[in-house]
Amino acid sequence: MAKRIDISGLTAYYGDFKAIEDISMAVEPRSVTAFIGPSGCGKSTFLRTINRMHEVIPGARVEGKVMLDDENLYGTGVDPVSVRRVVGMVFQRPNPFPTMSVYENVAAGLKLNGRYKKSELDDVVEKSLRGANLWNEVKDRLNRPGSGLSGGQQQRLCIARAIAVEPQVLLMDEPCSALDPISTLAIEDLIGDLKTRFTIVIVTHNMQQAARVSDRTAFFNLSAVGEPGRLIELDDTDKIFSNPSVQATEDYVSGRFG
Amino acid sequence: MSAQTVADKVDRTDRLGIQQPRLPRLAPLGIAAGAAVLAVLIGVLGGLGSRIQWGLIAAILFVVGLYVISTVVEGGRQAKDRLATSLVWVAFLLAVVPLASLIWETVSKGIKVTDGYFLTHSMSGVVNVAPGGGVYHALMGTIEQVLIATVIATPIGLLTAVYLVEYGRGALAKAVTFFVDVMTGIPSIVAGLFVLSLWIMILDFGYSGFAGALALAILMMPVVVRSTEEMLKLVPNELREASYALGVPKWKTILKVVLPTSIGGITTGVMLAVARITGETAPVLLLVFGSPAINNNPFDGGQASLPLYIYQQWGAGTSASFDRAWAAALVLIVFVMILNLLARGIARWKAPKTGH
Amino acid sequence: MTAPPTDKETPAPPPSQVLLSDAKGSTRRGDKIFSGLSKGSGITLLLIMAAIAAFLAYRASIALADNEGNFLTTFEWDANSIPPKFGIAVLAFGTVVSSVVAMVIAVPIAVGIALFITHYAPRRLAAPIAYVIDLLAAVPSIVYGLWGALFLVPHLVGTYEWLDRYLGWTVVLSFDGTAPRSLMTAGILLAVMILPIITNVSREVFAQTPRLQEEAALALGATRWEVIRMTVLPFGRSGVISASMLGLGRALGETMAVATVLSPSALLSAEILQAGGGTFAQNIAASFGESGQFGRDALIASGLVLFVITLVVNGAARLIIARRKEYSGANA
Repeated sequence: MAKRIDISGLTAYYGDFKAIEDISMAVEPRSVTAFIGPSGCGKSTFLRTINRMHEVIPGARVEGKVMLDDENLYGTGVDPVSVRRVVGMVFQRPNPFPTMSVYENVAAGLKLNGRYKKSELDDVVEKSLRGANLWNEVKDRLNRPGSGLSGGQQQRLCIARAIAVEPQVLLMDEPCSALDPISTLAIEDLIGDLKTRFTIVIVTHNMQQAARVSDRTAFFNLSAVGEPGRLIELDDTDKIFSNPSVQATEDYVSGRFG
Repeated sequence: MSAQTVADKVDRTDRLGIQQPRLPRLAPLGIAAGAAVLAVLIGVLGGLGSRIQWGLIAAILFVVGLYVISTVVEGGRQAKDRLATSLVWVAFLLAVVPLASLIWETVSKGIKVTDGYFLTHSMSGVVNVAPGGGVYHALMGTIEQVLIATVIATPIGLLTAVYLVEYGRGALAKAVTFFVDVMTGIPSIVAGLFVLSLWIMILDFGYSGFAGALALAILMMPVVVRSTEEMLKLVPNELREASYALGVPKWKTILKVVLPTSIGGITTGVMLAVARITGETAPVLLLVFGSPAINNNPFDGGQASLPLYIYQQWGAGTSASFDRAWAAALVLIVFVMILNLLARGIARWKAPKTGH
Repeated sequence: MTAPPTDKETPAPPPSQVLLSDAKGSTRRGDKIFSGLSKGSGITLLLIMAAIAAFLAYRASIALADNEGNFLTTFEWDANSIPPKFGIAVLAFGTVVSSVVAMVIAVPIAVGIALFITHYAPRRLAAPIAYVIDLLAAVPSIVYGLWGALFLVPHLVGTYEWLDRYLGWTVVLSFDGTAPRSLMTAGILLAVMILPIITNVSREVFAQTPRLQEEAALALGATRWEVIRMTVLPFGRSGVISASMLGLGRALGETMAVATVLSPSALLSAEILQAGGGTFAQNIAASFGESGQFGRDALIASGLVLFVITLVVNGAARLIIARRKEYSGANA
């Protein structure tokens, strides 16, 4: 299920403003890669270029290549809508569809894609909710509104919704930033389980979190406000946090700035 | 097991399945052009007189054509997306046509007799069916009636809004809020009937500009209350507290701090309300009686009014009176639009100052 | 769109400060006068509403007492003949038909334009279009009426004949080619008139759809239409309903636009393309000129019915808005 991502020469703009410049990196399948860096360094922007969500903002555009195994997501004839099916995403704040039940939320992505038998849908919903460690908590209220769950449950519901369509890659944009420590722990455990099935990329502000959940860590930085963000260093998480090869990384992970 | 089959369906091939056949970017334009040509052909051959039909046929051909072609080339989901897009565009164009026609007709027909003479002369001595005459008396009548209505409605509306925002609690405030809402929806003719029944039929005053102004004031009040209320709520509480902390009493705080802070927005709201009542015809029709000559006394005898003038000139039913009706409509629209633009201008000009 | 301001945090000035004030007597008097004035204004508004209901009801009762016909079922409006015989059957039918036609045409188109502005139009076009539609809402109804009578009526003949040719067998859409000063035409004109209002309110609601929800749908691989169907429409549904009700209130009570395009008759006919029929407001405007004292009372009676209907419609719209507030508050 999981694929390798190869990004080369990626630059993204908001109108005339260059947000990130010339980023190249490889992400291994079935691993967790964390993006860290100070605010405004473009790590979320970069994440959103991987499933072509960046370009939904008016005036935004992308240059460069994102290869998923041997296919370029920015190649000619590629439909961004289909890309987003293959590369799923979880957002900063839980955003279940408020008018849909728990069940409908999880099934939403599948229903877009065509007709399924009720029993098939039931199976996928259960499997996805189990996959998101949420099944036991919601199995008795599948038909209640998804917005009635707690914040942490809502975020796991969003993860279940994302994995229900069996994507190759799962992008997470600061998935715990709106959650309390216990819910955060639940999500972090879940990430550990999910990486056996998906290639996971997670943006986080929390360096302990990056150290806890990720196999590899990428540090982004920008030289000054208004300048584009760049990839400074990508390495095994242990190495980034113990013995990084660039001084700026060391300064950042040791809390000297950012 | 069956979950696995679902997954297989999603993940159609071993490749990613992200390549989708798409129509060329300009294809919709091409189909639109084709639909237009075809519609003209059908229109000419079928001998359809009305251009409205040509347009409708073209729209239907375009929507259906794009949907079918997209279904074949791009598949059902894309086709549905295209269908929605084209329907939304068609809705937009469908609405633009009558609204643009309304403006175009009014301007092109109204400009014919709109000149200095038209604006400065009354209909005194002019028979409705003959050309000549002007709109001065009606313009003056409308301005006087609207001014009186504004003078009555603005203080009551303003004070009511102050009451609701600064003082009001409990059942009375709730009732006022609810009935202000309800009052916004009163048909203007009902307001006219009310003044008719009370002022003219029971109190036995005659028809006059003032009677019309009373009905207009009733229509204006809730609008003023609503907009003023919104503006007062935007005034930050810190300002009020700062004033109290200086020992300024509440009424002075409201007069000297709260109202001046929001005066721009309040002015905008009042002007929009004025613009709204300026075009009201129904109550005026029942109450001011109308007059072909200049009557500058709104308290005595029939008075003309711009909307009523349009109605009467339309009713006269000759080409000369139709010309005057269009011209008066143009004057009325320009008058209302100037009020609107001024009001929005004030809102924009004052907005940054009240915004923090 | 506003709830009563219950949660204000303005504390009364502490007593010590009031005591420190130089002219404490005048302060208290000033406050009393000012709060009295503003409260009085609020009460004035309530009194006006009560007076409207009371005086309309009073005059209506005079007319109804001498009515030889049945007020609800009589077709004719002969309030000035002796004995007077009048009823609202035709007016009620015409009001409902013209408003329903207006709603059927205007609501889908208005929703379409609102979506066009918020989700489809090129960014540079969206704001000016919204602005122009805002301005169009301010065009006086008499101008719509003039346009309807002199432009729309003659231009609809061809379309009506076309409808008659293919759908004439339904009776409802049959047409004999005379000037279509009919309920259908009135409905179309009303649709054009209420379009800007419904569009504006719907547009504002659609624009408030949480960005995060639209992105959630996008990230699941939804097309633009699917995003709208999954997030924008459910979010804006109650807003559209209340916008439509406001538009309906307008359409029900609109006087001049209907008075100029309709040839009234005391006929209750299913052939809505054919000239004839009437509405409450139109009948008041058209019959007023030749009415004596009693005829006016009769018209006031019909106005009272219109008043009650619009009260109900507007009240319902407000209730829906209030509900929506609670709903969106719970999920904010």
